[in-house]
Formats: sequence, C-alpha cells, structure tokens
Amino acid sequence: MHQLPNECPKQYLKDGVVIDNQWQLLGADIDSLPAGDILVPVAYWQANHQQLTEHSGKVGVWVDGHEQVEEFAGSIATVPVIAINFPKFVDGRGFSLARLLRERYGYIGEIRAMGDIIRDQLFLMQRCGFNAFQFASEIDLAAASKSLNDFSDSYQVAVDQPEPLFKRLR
Amino acid sequence: MYIYDQYDQKLVDERVEQYRDQTQRYLDGQISEEAFLPLRLQNGLYVQRLAPMLRIAVPYGLMSSRQVRKIANISRTFDKGYVHFTTRQNIQLNWPVLEEVPDILAELASVEMHAIQTSGNCIRNTTTDQFAGVANDEIEDPRPWCEIIRQWSTIHPEFAFLPRKFKIAVCGSEEDRAAFLLHDIGIQIVKNDNGETGFHIYAGGGLGRTPVIASSIREFLPKEHLLTYLDAILRVYNRFGNRDNKYKARIKILVRAWTPAVFAERVEAEWEHLKNGPATLNGDEIERVKSFFTAPDYQSIDDAFVDAQLQSLATEHKAFSRWLDRNVRAQKQAGYASVTLSLKPAGVAPGDVTDRQLDTIADLADRFSFGEIRTTHNQNIVLADVLKSELFALWQLAKPAGLATPNIGTINDMICCPGGDYCSLANAKSIPVAEAIQRKFDDLDYVYDLGDLELNISGCMNACGHHHIGHIGILGVDKKGEEWYQIQLGGSANKNAALAKVLGRSLSRDAVVDSIEKLLDVYVENRLDQESFLNTYQRIGIEKFKERVYAPAS
Repeated sequence: MHQLPNECPKQYLKDGVVIDNQWQLLGADIDSLPAGDILVPVAYWQANHQQLTEHSGKVGVWVDGHEQVEEFAGSIATVPVIAINFPKFVDGRGFSLARLLRERYGYIGEIRAMGDIIRDQLFLMQRCGFNAFQFASEIDLAAASKSLNDFSDSYQVAVDQPEPLFKRLR
Repeated sequence: MYIYDQYDQKLVDERVEQYRDQTQRYLDGQISEEAFLPLRLQNGLYVQRLAPMLRIAVPYGLMSSRQVRKIANISRTFDKGYVHFTTRQNIQLNWPVLEEVPDILAELASVEMHAIQTSGNCIRNTTTDQFAGVANDEIEDPRPWCEIIRQWSTIHPEFAFLPRKFKIAVCGSEEDRAAFLLHDIGIQIVKNDNGETGFHIYAGGGLGRTPVIASSIREFLPKEHLLTYLDAILRVYNRFGNRDNKYKARIKILVRAWTPAVFAERVEAEWEHLKNGPATLNGDEIERVKSFFTAPDYQSIDDAFVDAQLQSLATEHKAFSRWLDRNVRAQKQAGYASVTLSLKPAGVAPGDVTDRQLDTIADLADRFSFGEIRTTHNQNIVLADVLKSELFALWQLAKPAGLATPNIGTINDMICCPGGDYCSLANAKSIPVAEAIQRKFDDLDYVYDLGDLELNISGCMNACGHHHIGHIGILGVDKKGEEWYQIQLGGSANKNAALAKVLGRSLSRDAVVDSIEKLLDVYVENRLDQESFLNTYQRIGIEKFKERVYAPAS
C-alpha cells in the first residue's frame, strides 16, 4: 500500500503562480476524514466513492507514478486534483502517466507533481500535462518557477503543444 | 549536411543557458550531488577516475570542417590538446573543468553542435553507416531519418528519465555497418513491393553485461509513422521497464521477459492510440530534411582512365598501394572513393587525435571531400566523395600527419574503450593491451595476410569496447584486485550478428599477446583459400583454438 509521500508544504506552484496549499494529504490508513480539502489515495477513492461525495471540502486523489492509469481512469473524471507522486525524481513513469491522463482520457482538472521532484524537471513536466508542482521541502517557489520557461519552443508534440514544430513553423 | 534553422539554433542556445544556470546553482550548493547527476550527464559530463569527461554529440557521425576546427580549438583552450572518438561516433574530451563546461557548450552551439543526451538514462545519439549516401549497396540514405529522429529525441518531454540509456541505430544498406541489431531499437530501411520506403523495426538488442541480438517486432512500418511508432515503443519501455535493478533495466530485458511477440503486441496496442496523430510525418517535412543531404557537385569522370592512373601509382609506390587496399573504398559515384583515415597508429590509444591532427583533417576535408567529415563506430574518420585522381595527393598529406596507417579492417584496427587508464568503471586497462598487440603484429605483410579481422577490447563487462562482437574479443576482469583478461571468439556485428563465446579461463596481461598469436596460428594453419578468421572459426569451432592457448608449456 502507499507510503505517505510527505506532508503538504505550505505553498505550491499552480499555473505558474505561488499559492497557499489548502490541501491535506492522507495516507493509506484513514480512520476518519479531516475537515477541509483532502487528497486521498486513488484506491481509497475507488472504494469509498459514495462516502467521499458527502465530504464537506474538496476531494482529490493521489497516485504513485508507476500506477496503471487504465485501472483507475474510469473513476476519476470528476475529481478536481490528481496528484502524481514521484518516489524518486529519476523515476520517469509519472511523465507518461500525466500525458495519458490528459491526452488519452481527456482529464482537465489539476495534475500536480509531488514528492521527490526537482525544479529542473518543471519544463518537461509542464509539457506532459502537469500544471501544479508541490516540492518535498520548502524552496523558493518563485525562483523555481523560472524553470518552467527554460525553452521557448520544442520539436515534439505534447500536452502544451499538440502540433509538432515541423507542422507549425517549417 | 543538415543546417540549423533559427529554431534548432535557439534550442541549443537555450540549452547552454539552462545548463549554465544549473552549474551555477550546483556550485552555490543549491542543487544536491544526487540531483545534479542526471542534469550533467544529459549534458555529456561524466566524472571519471582522474577528471571529468565531456562527451560531445556528433549526430550520426557527420561533421563539417568548421565544426572539426572548433573541436580542435576547444581541445587546445579547455583541455590538453587531444580528443577521443568513441564507438557511438561521438567525441570525448578527457580533461575539462566542470566550471568551464557551460563555456565549452556555448562554443559548440556557435557551430551547431551540442552535448545533449550523450549520457544518462535517455535517448542517446542515433548512429548509422559511415558510408551513408555513397555506399554501393545503399537502399536509401539513412541520414535524413537519423536527423528526424535526432530532432524528435532531443529534449523529449516524456523520455528524459527512462529506466536506462537508450540507443537507436539506422541501417540503410544491404551490408550492415551500423551494428543496428545491437541497439535498443534497430531500424532497417526497406522497400515494399510497391517500391515505397518503410522500416523494419527491431528492438531489444544491446551489449553490456547481458549481450542480446535485437528481435524483429515489425516488418514494415510505413515511413510517415516513424515517430509515432517510436513514441509507442518508448512509452511502453518507460512505463514497464525494470527500474529496481540497473543491470536489468535495459529494454532487452523487458523484450526477453515478455517475449518479442508479446512486446510487439503491447507496442502495437499503444501505437493504435498514436497512429495518424499530429506527430505523423508529412511529405513536406521528409522532403525538407532530405534536401540537406543532396549529392555534392560531382564531376563526370572516366572511371577506367583514373583507375589505370591509380594502378600505375600503386605499382610505383608500395606504401600507397597498401593504403589503397586497406583504407580506400569504392563508392557508387564513378570516379570517387571514400577514404578512411586511421586513428589507430601503434603507440596511440585507439581513437585519439591531437588538435593539430584535427586541423589537418579539416583541411583535408575542405580540399578533398566537400568539407564533410564522418566518424565511424570503429573509431576512425572517413572522408567521402574524394576524387580518385586526388587520392595520391591526399595520401601524401595524410601520411606525415599520422593519419594514413594502412590498417583498416586488420587486427590493428581494433575497437578499444578508454579502460582503466581513464574510466572509473573499468576492471582493467585496455589501452596498453591494444598497444602491445599493435607492437607485436607490426609486420604489415603478416597483418595483411591475416586479412579482415575485428579485435575488440573492453576494460569491463559494460562492453564499451564491444568485445562481444569482435571476431576476437578481449574483456578485462578483476580477480582479487588484479587485472586479468578473458578472451572470446566468434562475435560479429553484421546482419548475421553473433555474440562471441568465451575461450576459457582468463589470462594475465603478459599472456594475452602470446595467446592472440596462438589463435592466429591456428587460423593460418586451418584456413581454406581466402577464408577469413571468422569463417574459419565458424567452420572448425572453438576447440582447436582452446587446445592451443591452454596447452601446457612443453
């Protein structure tokens, strides 16, 4: 079962802006739901869907990057946030997961990268459909957000640019 | 060759600035050692035994004289005045300073070069045949396809953190000179019954600790689908490749675990979603890229006349004749030939050249080969499109520069990794072994009599020296802290690719050269007519070789 990746830091980046983090991250063992906005493991969401619709705050889900989107995609169309956890920043499976959520399943809510991510991944992550970034430790988020703009254009098709460079500009 | 437009240029310029900022933050203590590792690797920077090493990309082995001069200049300014050509057709600087690497990358960007993804767990430099565009047996020039793959793979958003490194090779000819079956993806250009170009796709090949020959996963992929199909393979690998154990993380392990048939099914299923999507190539883009690889302005030549002239020069100059035999290759354009400049003279680490030699190579290219230089996976340099009538002049200039050793394809043209002299992974030194072999077999008549012979040396089982695919392979191993060498026989990197078999227990460095001599004796005694070492081995088997090498001293 999932390890709780980390406490939610006070702030995170969303759509390029630093915002206060209202979300509480819940691990596998949930005895009772706290008030307010919560992120629950996707398995918990699937098992307790009815009960969670009655929750007073907003309810999002979180998954590990290696979890198979095919197994849960059908149940999360309406959640406002899907947080993808990176147990290690070099584990690139979360990149594919985010693209699949956006491009194959048409998910339009927030996709948040969290866990062991580094700011130098932000440009690539944004291309894969992540629009929010929650770091494991308190860092200078405004400075980190500069990495979203490391490149002004790219060759490939991705979520942020569905046409390849060669069809747009050449 | 391909010329950058404003978009290509901006991308490499922005990459330099990105890495400059990353280096500064690392030096300021804002990026941990662990987080900096993949960032520097994906910009070509290793930290080796003695110093950092910077690997510069040479896309599919093609360079201009301007670029070669820039490399010479960089090696003088930032390094010790020599560079190393690798088996992935790339260039390595052995002594750069970490703090200066951003400046080196900026210098490279000024001549449309970079070090992007030359190491790390990402898609590496795509390689191909050094005789692309001029080979007699070519089905289609592979270089435009390599460039299309280069652009697709460069800073790919989804595949920068793969389970392990990922190598692609493209073969566009009948004979394979790209070892494409020993790559994570091997792409063979084929034509269907209607004469349309497509690709036979292989996956799961590779050397390293577990050498595997790639399996066919799709016999004919229409050309416009190349990138969406590659995306599908990479996505399946990125999602399902093993990440728990780095020695089980290459795609070959996944292909084998699932079986090639199941792997192919999974790729096809993924591809169904991507096929005909926006990344599908169109004729305009294919033609745009192809337009950079057009034929140079060939003269119309009377081949018979120049051949007669060459013949007479060869009769007069024995050394020129040897060089013609070993280092010059016919090409499909009448009156022209391709010259291999040997980077394997005795006494020099295979693949090493000095800054002055690089300048000479650039000068030779300007005068004789339309300013183009090709690097080879055998760690030599090729100048293609040389007028046959100019071969003698080229030879006379190449010889004093130490670039005309007539040993291409012989036992002395060995592939050799940097080994324990430089590399922190190595179990044993490899360069001194290469040198000892070259010193031992310095009688050219004997060497020529042995004919085509590939001898490959790796200093450890990571196999950078491709020992598994040498006709004779030498592998450095560690035995209780001492350097020993295992000999393997019968490897081959052509379309009938074969992996070498271990001859027997490993040997001390002193015994290696004598044992090689015994192997060659067995070959000479047993060969039939013009039979090569490899063919003799395949016919008579390993036993006779084994008996001779391990016979008790009499």
